Amino acid sequence: MWDYVKLILLGLVALMAAIGSDWGYDLAYKVHAALIMFVAGGMFIWQLRQMGDVKPVVDRSGYMDGVIRAGVIATGFWGVVGFLVGVLIAFQLAFPVLNFDWGQPFTNFGRLRPLHTSAVIFAFGGNALIMSSFYIVQRTCGARLWGGNLAWFVFWGYQSFIVLAATGYLLGATQSKEYAEPEWYVDIWLTFVWVAFLAVYLGTIFRRREKHIYVANWFLLSFIITVAMLHIVNNLSIPVSLLGSKSVQVFSGVQDAMTQWWYGHNAVGFFLTAGFLGMMYYFVPKQAERPVYSYKLSIIHFWALIFLYIWAGPHHLHYTALPDWASTLGMVFSIILWMPSWGGMINGLMTLQGAWDKLRTDPIIRMMVISLAFYGMSTFEGPMMSIRAVNALSHYTDWTIGHVHSGALGWNGMITFGALYFLTPRLWGRKRMYSMAAIDWHFWLATIGIVLYAASMWVTGIMEGLMWREVDAQGFLVNSFADTVDAKFPMYVVRGLGGVLYLSGGLIMVWNMWMTIRGGARVAAPVGVPAE
Amino acid sequence: MADHKEKDEITGIDTTGHDWDGIKELNNPLPRWWLWTLYATIVWAIAYTIAYPAWPLINSATGGVLGYSTRGEVADQIAAVDAQNAEVAQRLASADLSTLAPDDPAHRYGVAGGASVFLSHCSQCHGSGAAGAVGYPNLLDDDWLWGGTLEDIEYTVRHGIRNEADPDARWSQMPAFGELLEGEEIAATVEHVLTLSGKDHDAALAAQGAILFEEQCAACHGEAGEGMRDQGAPRLSDAIWLYGGDRDTLTKTITYSRFGVMPPWGPRLDEAEIKAVTLYLHQLGGGE
Repeated sequence: MWDYVKLILLGLVALMAAIGSDWGYDLAYKVHAALIMFVAGGMFIWQLRQMGDVKPVVDRSGYMDGVIRAGVIATGFWGVVGFLVGVLIAFQLAFPVLNFDWGQPFTNFGRLRPLHTSAVIFAFGGNALIMSSFYIVQRTCGARLWGGNLAWFVFWGYQSFIVLAATGYLLGATQSKEYAEPEWYVDIWLTFVWVAFLAVYLGTIFRRREKHIYVANWFLLSFIITVAMLHIVNNLSIPVSLLGSKSVQVFSGVQDAMTQWWYGHNAVGFFLTAGFLGMMYYFVPKQAERPVYSYKLSIIHFWALIFLYIWAGPHHLHYTALPDWASTLGMVFSIILWMPSWGGMINGLMTLQGAWDKLRTDPIIRMMVISLAFYGMSTFEGPMMSIRAVNALSHYTDWTIGHVHSGALGWNGMITFGALYFLTPRLWGRKRMYSMAAIDWHFWLATIGIVLYAASMWVTGIMEGLMWREVDAQGFLVNSFADTVDAKFPMYVVRGLGGVLYLSGGLIMVWNMWMTIRGGARVAAPVGVPAE
Repeated sequence: MADHKEKDEITGIDTTGHDWDGIKELNNPLPRWWLWTLYATIVWAIAYTIAYPAWPLINSATGGVLGYSTRGEVADQIAAVDAQNAEVAQRLASADLSTLAPDDPAHRYGVAGGASVFLSHCSQCHGSGAAGAVGYPNLLDDDWLWGGTLEDIEYTVRHGIRNEADPDARWSQMPAFGELLEGEEIAATVEHVLTLSGKDHDAALAAQGAILFEEQCAACHGEAGEGMRDQGAPRLSDAIWLYGGDRDTLTKTITYSRFGVMPPWGPRLDEAEIKAVTLYLHQLGGGE
């Protein structure tokens, strides 16, 4: 019976998509409809051929790890894609010829930039969060994922969201809201996927065999719930036509701007901070084999963090049409947020008490520690930049880009690499990663890459801010905008090189994961022989 | 999960008794410095929100005891600069530009202000140093398309060139000769144009082209290619080219014509700014 329903649904979806790809008003919509038609059509045929077959019995006794293995691979894959596009657009800014005349408008910086941000945040970061939350929630609850194949729906649904979003950007479908670029139908699809994610997660927590809920799960749950809320409110829009990708936002003017940065800031707060703190709270104590430093600190900083973050968004809109009172509140909440953010760093770093010697021997621990160090640095830099007087200098400059990347490359990237190195051998039943030396290489390439990136963006950002505001004795502006662009060139090249190093590290990791999954571990050089 | 507390061997601190997948928690207190810093930021925040506009009420928000506003801050800064420059600005406003001496403070003030106007509004096309680009005239030389006196420059700035927005915009239009002449005829004309500035050319073709040039081009560009400012028709007998003086570019220019535009700045700039940018451009090197 259920098979027939699936068959009918898939057939209907394929048919509607076929109509949509014919009648659609714009290229992105037509291509997306065609894509959906092929996928639904393929699944229809597959389903049809399976009809009446006896279903293999799935062993539902242990943890559900297949979907996590897929998530690990997806995280590595999207990471490399995102870093690669990042390197390309970094060099596009230094050498505009790389926008490629022959590829216009698809290879334009304006279309590739959201592709990069979405690929690293939502594809790389999102997959890292989903797969590690599935892993963590099962282990810390002592329960199999709830909902059977719903977890697979979350995985594939999320991948198709990524593909629709990315191809949409290239084909020109965007609602022009930073980090919320996908158009209405992609947003609706993500809402379904996200609600399924929440259901799987909550369902697993409800059937837990542990009395208490581990701190990692508080953070992950707050991430899932808040992102759902942010996503829905910030994407409230009315499609111009059901047969086109264009939509009109429900909010307008400064209300729209405020909603957007309430979303944008909390995408950082709940996606990139709370979610990744959840990862940190599991993988750091596991890898260090030490107890978490302070239970009290984890309670206090968790509640303080999620209470305060949600109000900090207006600091993205200092000196705009936003009323001064909102701007002040955004700023003071950002300052109070400093210590609650650092609570996570303290708890993570102090967990290494009694295990600091592992820094010398375990490159995975080293990655997690540097990740926490960058977390601490960027959660200090953030409140500082939210101060109105500092923001007057830093806003709209590359300093912001440097800040974001020291957080994203340093904190999110490094903790994810650590998690991947932790998970890959365990999920495929290997003793350890194929090559420990390669992890070392990855560590240093990534770290030097971040330093080049952040340092060049500090220099160029502060220089740019100073040049913009420079006036002569009579109060006249001294520089044209193009002068500032010209002055930034050397730093743009350095930034691009930093990106190349970071990407190389990512490629080494993917190779190492591949070799680990294939089986076997490289035998290390005998002790006593200096490493080459 | 066994809820039994134990002592961690390394630190000597009790655990909370929880155990998740082997993860335990120590019962450490909140670090004092952390807690006090958190309190300090909260105290500071309360004080700050009393001093500055912060708390929303029903129809308004608290204004803060300092009376600060971001717009007020900018207005104060602008007022301070205006007050500092009031005297010299007044002197420039009432001055006749043509008789203003270059060492007059008002002249210097105008040039500095004009440079700033230029950097903000004009440099996008004409370049930060006013050296122009292909299709955008160099403003450093004396090869003016529409005239280089103070009056000419001011008119061009105010009304722009070939735009629909200002009925008084400078206007002229070169025909696209691809629709009027045969390909060989255009080639011949190109050869003649090359002779005007003394470039290498095919003499036989150029002789044919001379006749065509006289018929088709001389009315605006002059018999000897000396140009005509009333029409904004460029001089063709010098080494300065707006789009390029090589054979290919000339062929393209004659075949398809050119239609360089400039917006009117009258509606965008105030009188003092127009005066200032005129002074600035005039003293760059080519002013007449």
